[in-house]
Amino acid sequence: MEFLAFLVRRVLWSLLVLVGLSIVIFAIARIVPGDPARMALGPTATAEQVADLRADLGLDRPIVEQYGRFIAGLARGDLGRSLLNERPVASDIRDTFAATFELVLFTIMLAFAFGVPLGVAAARWKDRWPDNLVRVFAIFCAVTPGFFLALLLQILAGYVLHILPTTGRLPPSMDFAADITGLVTIDGLLRGRLDVVLEGLRYLLLPSIALAAATMGQIARITRSSMIDVASQDYIEASRAFGVPERVRVFKYMLRPSFVPPLTIMGLEFASLIGNAFVVELVFAWPGMAAYGIRTILQKDLNAIMGVVMVSGVFFVLVNLLIDVLVGFVDPRVRIRGRRA
Amino acid sequence: MTEIPADNSPRRLSNAYQNWYRFSRNPTAVIGAAIVVIVILAAILAPWITPYPEHVGAVVNFRARHLPPSAEYWFGTDNVGRDIFTRTIFGLRISLLLALVVLGTAVPVGTVLGLLAGYFGGWVEIVIMRITDIALAIPPLVMALAVAAVLSPDLINSMLAIAALWWTWHTRLIYSITRQIRTQEFIEAAETLGASKFHILIREILPNCVSALAVKTSLDCGFVILVGASLSFLGLGIQPPTPDLGTMVASGSAFLPDSWWESVLPGCAILVVALGFNLLGDGLRDLFDVQEVR
Repeated sequence: MEFLAFLVRRVLWSLLVLVGLSIVIFAIARIVPGDPARMALGPTATAEQVADLRADLGLDRPIVEQYGRFIAGLARGDLGRSLLNERPVASDIRDTFAATFELVLFTIMLAFAFGVPLGVAAARWKDRWPDNLVRVFAIFCAVTPGFFLALLLQILAGYVLHILPTTGRLPPSMDFAADITGLVTIDGLLRGRLDVVLEGLRYLLLPSIALAAATMGQIARITRSSMIDVASQDYIEASRAFGVPERVRVFKYMLRPSFVPPLTIMGLEFASLIGNAFVVELVFAWPGMAAYGIRTILQKDLNAIMGVVMVSGVFFVLVNLLIDVLVGFVDPRVRIRGRRA
Repeated sequence: MTEIPADNSPRRLSNAYQNWYRFSRNPTAVIGAAIVVIVILAAILAPWITPYPEHVGAVVNFRARHLPPSAEYWFGTDNVGRDIFTRTIFGLRISLLLALVVLGTAVPVGTVLGLLAGYFGGWVEIVIMRITDIALAIPPLVMALAVAAVLSPDLINSMLAIAALWWTWHTRLIYSITRQIRTQEFIEAAETLGASKFHILIREILPNCVSALAVKTSLDCGFVILVGASLSFLGLGIQPPTPDLGTMVASGSAFLPDSWWESVLPGCAILVVALGFNLLGDGLRDLFDVQEVR
């Protein structure tokens, strides 16, 4: 029950953040100097054409009414139409989001799969060579610009070693439409096409390494420091005194509480991960939402830009909600503290 | 009551000396500090220490196109024959300026909001912290991209867009520290003695945040520079021919893998700058023993 109340409150907060987010995005789009209609039509359009488009888009209505329409649209999953080609923004984003989601999902798995063990190893051999090695590696991962790592990986794996594909999601020769979930690897599994799954993973590998490095570095650093914190707690000392085997002590009693800080950091870092996805997708010609976002931003397609920023924000809020639930599962103290706060 | 010594500078000196001693025994911190100092000096002295200062402009020298690194051109030359080493050093100026402007606005704003939210609580806390939550949900790079595209792609707009979101991190940090020390005895003592709110915030609480702020700001310098480089890599930073590291990586990547130096060496420069600020921040964290900053 406690947990349910914690969840409900958390969901309500998230809704509030989303409302705030929609106001911020709407305000930016309307306060921006310059006329969205003029921007879309270009300098050669006549004043009448611009006025027509303004009326079409509802830009001549009072600002509150415009916001009301924006919100009503959002609630229906309608993000308006592209100012350039009239296509519904929501369906464009839906088409591209699956690719981004697959990339981000794989990235997070990589970041945890490597970050946590590295952090544990560093803490276990604190101030010895494995620790120093992990710390240097982690800091390099954290400070390498995503686009630069992407380029380096492309040169190394694509041009020098010729082992991995450097652009796209699947080989052009492969005829496969991911039409169940939109995720190539999952759909491949569902359709029993093992060749598609393997190719999909091969194409995923480089972009997700480029994207995962920064997060992985942070996770390794946080895991290390929280393992060290936990190691100095009395109950660990007690378990040592009772002769609990080291493996049990490290993996059962130390790792679980140490898991919370990396999870929380993952939630906060998620915004910069989405930001990085913009450059990584561009370098690897990954057909995702970020690549779509870059295109619309360069074309000054205001409705599409608002849509991309809004969906990025919603994605962030949902991931953080999920992480809070996970933290509640890993650390029961959070559920109780959550109730009191 | 015993007489208070009029001059306690010898003890302060030894404190500073102790700090310096501990700092200097930490090799990574010293490397970080050295990188930061060298980078800042190089950026300031760029016109005097670079071999071809005239190459920052739209110089064209087709006989020297795509030359690999050599004694004459340390980092090689780009597609119009300009010295990449010179342009890299000048590019540091833009990166550092970005960090200075973004953090110069974000740190004071974030600190004030964090102090207010942490000390006063109640609706002040609710309003400030919920706005912080909203701002945290927008990726700074995406925001900067959108603003730079809708207005015009120049450095000022990008800086403002990044700064408009970056204060959230400092607010959260100062807020959590303020919350912790708000209930401590020395604050209660000051309140009982009738100290003003302003005095308590600025003279009692703020000094306890300084070391955490220093660590966070140092780490952030590196990350702001990374965001700025990503932005200009996408063509939305400062416009050519002014040298900018992200732009150089982007334009050099057209000539990969043959002319690798054109993108790889400016990319390494970004990495080294970010590394320097991070090592320095880590060193300061060990020195001040600040747990709050991660």
